[in-house]
Amino acid sequence: MTTRAPAPSKEAQPDAPERDGLPRWVPVLAILVGWIALWALLRGQDTLALAGRERTDVMRWLGDFRDGVIASRSTNPVVAFTNGVGEVIRSVFGWLQELVSVPAFPRPVPQVGWLGVTALAAWVGLAVAGVRMALLVAATFVSFGVLGFWEEGIDLLLVTGLSVGVVVLLGLPLAVAMGTSPRARAVITPVLDAMQTMPTFVYLLPIVLFFGIGVSGAVVCTLIYALPPLIRIGGHGIRSVSPTAIEATDSTGQTRWQRLVKVQLPMARKTLVVGLNQSTMAALSMAIIASYVDGPGLGEPVLSALIRNDVGSSLVPGLLIVLTAIMLDRTTTAASQRAESAARGVGLRGRQRQVVLAVTGVVALVCVYLSRTYFSLAQFPDTGWGPRLSEALGSLTDAVVGFLSAPAEVFKNAVSYGLLNPLQNLLADSPWWLAAGAITLIALALGGVRAVVSTVLCLAGILFFGLWNDTMLTLTMVLVATLLVMAIAVVVGVWMARRPRVDLLLRPLLDAGQTIPAFCYLIPVLALFDPTRFTAIFAAVVYAAPPAIKLVADGVKAVPETTLEASRSTGTNAWQEITQVQLPIARGSLVLAANQGLLYVLAMIVIGGLVGAGALGYDVVLGFARSEEWGLGAAAGITIVLLGIMLDRIAQAAAARQGVSKRQSLLARARGGTRRAA
Amino acid sequence: MTATTTTETTGPARTGAGLEVRNLWKIFGPAADRIIGTPDAELSRADLKARTGSVVGVKDVSFDVAPGEVFVVMGLSGSGKSTLVRCLTRLIEPTAGTVRIGDQDVTGCSESQLRELRRTQVSMVFQHFGLLPHKQVIDNVAYGLEVRGMGKKERRAKAGEIVDLVGLSGYEQNYPDQLSGGMQQRVGLARALAGDPQMLLFDEPFSALDPLIRRDMQNEVIRLHHEVGKTMVFITHDLAEALKLGDRIMILRDGEVVQVGTPDEVVGAPADDYVADFTSEVPRSHVLTLKWVMRDPRPDDDLDGTAMSQDTIVRKAAQAVLASDKPVRVMDGDRLVGVVDDEEILRVVVAEESPA
Repeated sequence: MTTRAPAPSKEAQPDAPERDGLPRWVPVLAILVGWIALWALLRGQDTLALAGRERTDVMRWLGDFRDGVIASRSTNPVVAFTNGVGEVIRSVFGWLQELVSVPAFPRPVPQVGWLGVTALAAWVGLAVAGVRMALLVAATFVSFGVLGFWEEGIDLLLVTGLSVGVVVLLGLPLAVAMGTSPRARAVITPVLDAMQTMPTFVYLLPIVLFFGIGVSGAVVCTLIYALPPLIRIGGHGIRSVSPTAIEATDSTGQTRWQRLVKVQLPMARKTLVVGLNQSTMAALSMAIIASYVDGPGLGEPVLSALIRNDVGSSLVPGLLIVLTAIMLDRTTTAASQRAESAARGVGLRGRQRQVVLAVTGVVALVCVYLSRTYFSLAQFPDTGWGPRLSEALGSLTDAVVGFLSAPAEVFKNAVSYGLLNPLQNLLADSPWWLAAGAITLIALALGGVRAVVSTVLCLAGILFFGLWNDTMLTLTMVLVATLLVMAIAVVVGVWMARRPRVDLLLRPLLDAGQTIPAFCYLIPVLALFDPTRFTAIFAAVVYAAPPAIKLVADGVKAVPETTLEASRSTGTNAWQEITQVQLPIARGSLVLAANQGLLYVLAMIVIGGLVGAGALGYDVVLGFARSEEWGLGAAAGITIVLLGIMLDRIAQAAAARQGVSKRQSLLARARGGTRRAA
Repeated sequence: MTATTTTETTGPARTGAGLEVRNLWKIFGPAADRIIGTPDAELSRADLKARTGSVVGVKDVSFDVAPGEVFVVMGLSGSGKSTLVRCLTRLIEPTAGTVRIGDQDVTGCSESQLRELRRTQVSMVFQHFGLLPHKQVIDNVAYGLEVRGMGKKERRAKAGEIVDLVGLSGYEQNYPDQLSGGMQQRVGLARALAGDPQMLLFDEPFSALDPLIRRDMQNEVIRLHHEVGKTMVFITHDLAEALKLGDRIMILRDGEVVQVGTPDEVVGAPADDYVADFTSEVPRSHVLTLKWVMRDPRPDDDLDGTAMSQDTIVRKAAQAVLASDKPVRVMDGDRLVGVVDDEEILRVVVAEESPA
């Protein structure tokens, strides 16, 4: 019998803003109107645009810092250490290359020729993932050779593999720490958050400074980028192991080590492999982007073709990247499913399986021997198929582009004149203090005081690094692309949620879309729109739409059936049902989708700096390309991080006001790249 | 409320270790170790939560379990019974008090002594089974032996015997998710038995099962207790189960002991309204013995009718009493302690038909 009064219901809280009587968009609209009015009076003043080669003191200071680091190679222990690590990576990679991809002096060919490498890889595929995956692996390797990109293809796999190897060595213990110790989790989680908010591109400059250009920088960037998924998903898996099983086995008197290796790791095995799959895909994606800093692999021919605006020659390597991605994704996924069924003795029984593996293993070794003996089995013969395919794809692309160019032009102009130009004028032509003030007020309206603090800090940082005007240009593109992403996500997401058949049809496509490395999206879009701002925006939309669509679809689908029935019983039509019931109830998912969309879009817009998007992304590329512009590149990189943090914080605070907890949004982020994980 | 354990003459071989619990406390929350001994400790659970933010799970509990006894702890959910049983092997660390199993002071054990105790002395069966989905039935059963470091062949042979004992022969190679709930709990039971422990702890082992399966499993426990002896501490929220299995029953409320006694004592002389309410739905004729229903002989009673022991259960005595025209004499050994007539029997039986 408690005598306490019942606690006040907390259900009213998520609706708090509505209680003020004003919907959220009213103050935002008011701010915009005021901003436009002031802009009309003050446009063009204090925009802080840098003239062509003008550099600020901060950039010069950053440049000096770089020179200092390079000069201190032999004196500063930290720099000496990182350089040493870079040296180790280079020599390991060089050794691997001579083993499988480049001529091993004095031989005119690698130690193991293409036939041997393909046979060994297929055998590994057979052992971990079954016959079908072995065939897929063999087909991928052979197509590297047939299309004339053997060395690049294998190098890409080497960089990815080397990084994933280190990721497992570093990530598994950290995942265990995350999964078993709340204290470790409290320390690691914010670090992972920060790592995953940062656009990939930004890692490159500082890493290359400390670890060197080329493969060493590429491997370090790749492993840093690929580390969080394994730690996060693996830690989650270990933490989710049934507490009853742990308690029951504890009661038998097991040691902590026995608990880990006999209970926690085996029970989390499936999730751990999902984490490994995510890390592998992230590694592949980053290994390609690392071609900006001379990382070896298939990214190189794509990048150099994109720089020359030569879509034709980027198509074949681009296609091979997609093939590689599919191969890695399928094999690791199949491996996780197989691990389960093999342990249960489904399929070939232990004995039979050993015989099959032994026999095929001998065949693979014979192939290795043959490839060391016969030149044509070592060096892939020049088939001439690569250029021919390239030509065919080129003309196909031309035909498609010719067919699509008219509607594409209309779409481009509509977005450019209707959305992009006005917004860009407003953001970039306003005096900086007006834009900063307006952004802060909007942050206040959307996210409350919490959002304002980080917004002000980030804006101050952006101002300090001297690229205000470029930031506003990038921000324009990010906002427009996010708007488009959300429009698509709501329409397609609601459609998927209301029509199970559509969901069944689209979901595999969305999953596939998320498997393909970001970089590849630039190729077809570039063919369609030429190097313009719009190319990056469109590529960003294509890149960010799949996860956003899935979040919206899942959110709308989670609306309880009883609620829908109740509303139908009052005679609502489909439109009313969507706008009055489904979307309002799923608004938490909408906010999450917008948050995810923003980060994906930002990452892609920055990469698109190369193909006409200009602004901050281009500044970073310039920093890679010319050592005297390193300061500019670094300033742009830091500015991108600040912009990302600002957008993320505003979105998070807005989400929190909608009753979406931080935990949910973090979970969504952890799953952001996750396909099939659920 | 001290109860003398009435050892049945036809009982199983009484083996196993005894258990001795003295002043055991478990308090969850920030101020856990600063409450005992202060006036706060006397507060009710709700008041303490409001004052200190701490929750009392187990409050100053003391009891003894004799070797070979089946001791049932019962209470509603939240009464602290699951916490109590976990404190016995320190799966939950008690805040204060002592636990002795056999001649070992559990609360004073080092971590490695505790592991040894769990490996060889005490096993536990859990409500949600806690089986390892990645291991076959045989290896789940053998897990405790594996943890001890026993070789694979030896432990599988040992586990095989236990699998037969609990009636799972033929399912050794299956995985837990291929078995029904009742069979999974048999695996849990086998795992607990495999280490040949001195004492078995059951934490609501059958609550998650269907009523029919539950009855089977209860009979299984009774059978195993006859076959292997062992001291058992059995947690349940089901009074019928408690009455069926328990030599003695301890009733907990809000972490405190309300009553300890044999089944007929709990039903016949409930310590307070809480226990009385609890036991009101029980078929009393199945539990009470003549001792609880007899009256003093009146001068006009004809005392040369049949004699029965005072420990005879009413249901079993009913037919004989109703058939005889004279009152039945109730004996404690050779001493006449009272008589029962039709009226006394009917009072118990009819009361069940129309509960007040």
